[in-house]
Amino acid sequence: MMQKIYDWVDERMDITPLWRDIADHEVPEHVNPAHHFSAFVYCFGGLTFFVTVIQILSGMFLTMYYVPDIENAWKSVYYLQSEVASGQIVRGMHHWGASVVIVMLFLHTLRVFFQGAYKKPRELNWIVGVLLFFVMLGLGFTGYLLPWDNKAYFATQVGLQIAETTPFIGDSVKILLSGDADIVGAQTLTRFFAIHVFFLPAALFGLMAVHFIMIRKQGISGPL
Amino acid sequence: MSEKKQQVSRRQFLNYTLTGVGGFMAAGMLTPMIRMAVDPVLQPKKSGDLVAVVEVDKLTTEPQRFDWEIDQVDAWYESKVTKTAWVFIQEDDSILALSPICTHLGCTVSWEGNEEYPNQYYCPCHGGRYYKNGVNVPGLPPPAPLAVYDQDVKDGTLYLGKAISRKGA
Ligand code: FES
Repeated sequence: MMQKIYDWVDERMDITPLWRDIADHEVPEHVNPAHHFSAFVYCFGGLTFFVTVIQILSGMFLTMYYVPDIENAWKSVYYLQSEVASGQIVRGMHHWGASVVIVMLFLHTLRVFFQGAYKKPRELNWIVGVLLFFVMLGLGFTGYLLPWDNKAYFATQVGLQIAETTPFIGDSVKILLSGDADIVGAQTLTRFFAIHVFFLPAALFGLMAVHFIMIRKQGISGPL
Repeated sequence: MSEKKQQVSRRQFLNYTLTGVGGFMAAGMLTPMIRMAVDPVLQPKKSGDLVAVVEVDKLTTEPQRFDWEIDQVDAWYESKVTKTAWVFIQEDDSILALSPICTHLGCTVSWEGNEEYPNQYYCPCHGGRYYKNGVNVPGLPPPAPLAVYDQDVKDGTLYLGKAISRKGA
């Protein structure tokens, strides 16, 4: 049945080369943990991606209940967490996944760094990777405010004050983020929400695409 | 065919295990998310409490409009909502409380809302009309009679609950 559907589509669209190009390529011996167990270090990039997928999915489902408004944000989070079946689990996935993704990202960065895998011709991909890291930190920072509880509020106060210390443009950066010169409130929350669910994910998708295309173009760096 | 021993190649075996493990992980990820999304669908229907609306001796054989308030809990938002009914005493002395929500597209109907149609409920939106007992006048947009409120009479007071829709005529 599935084969028939596949054949039907393939006959018209010639999709085999497409997915071959994405999925069907040789894994060199030195990155295969079956040959050298120590090659598990090559998994961290993939694990980062895997957790990112979880974050995207769980985030999509959370917005079914969440409201980015200072009156209702906390209440809606409380509601989805205590009244909705599995709500606690999905929020838990998003909450813990946010930390796991940073850890994986960090391990991946360490591997690339200590193996010198960032060297020519892969410098550009290292740069894209660093940008991805900043995007992830941005997602973590903006997401932290959304539950609108005390911890979120005061952590954001601190974060905004850090942004304010930027030389010359600090003041403007802070206001740009918080939406108001003095108040961390209604406008801060909506801004952070927009950044968290639209702007940064868009940047993330673009950078990830570039990151992966470059891996396919340049291949995995050789054995040490 | 069954005589021959089926050989599972190394590649097949790996394919099966990987698909199995992958499917298991995907299911583990997606089940809670989907369960959360469909939660409202699986909630039991609420019957709604009966609320005191009016003393029975104020009712006449002519439909009168009565408003009352209920406490509505909408997830994390609680509010007071005004409900309306057209109430009158029928020929057999029973009380009929009709919802004013037009069964066509949900506008609000009024008793004798149009001078040209006495003794009928009139909907201003597309000219839908209903007879006194709430049955829709045939040949007009509304497809069904007006909904009837759940009711109870205690100590001379009329209590109304949820509006229950009637089948199309
Ligand atoms: S909504 Fe009443 S007639 Fe259309």
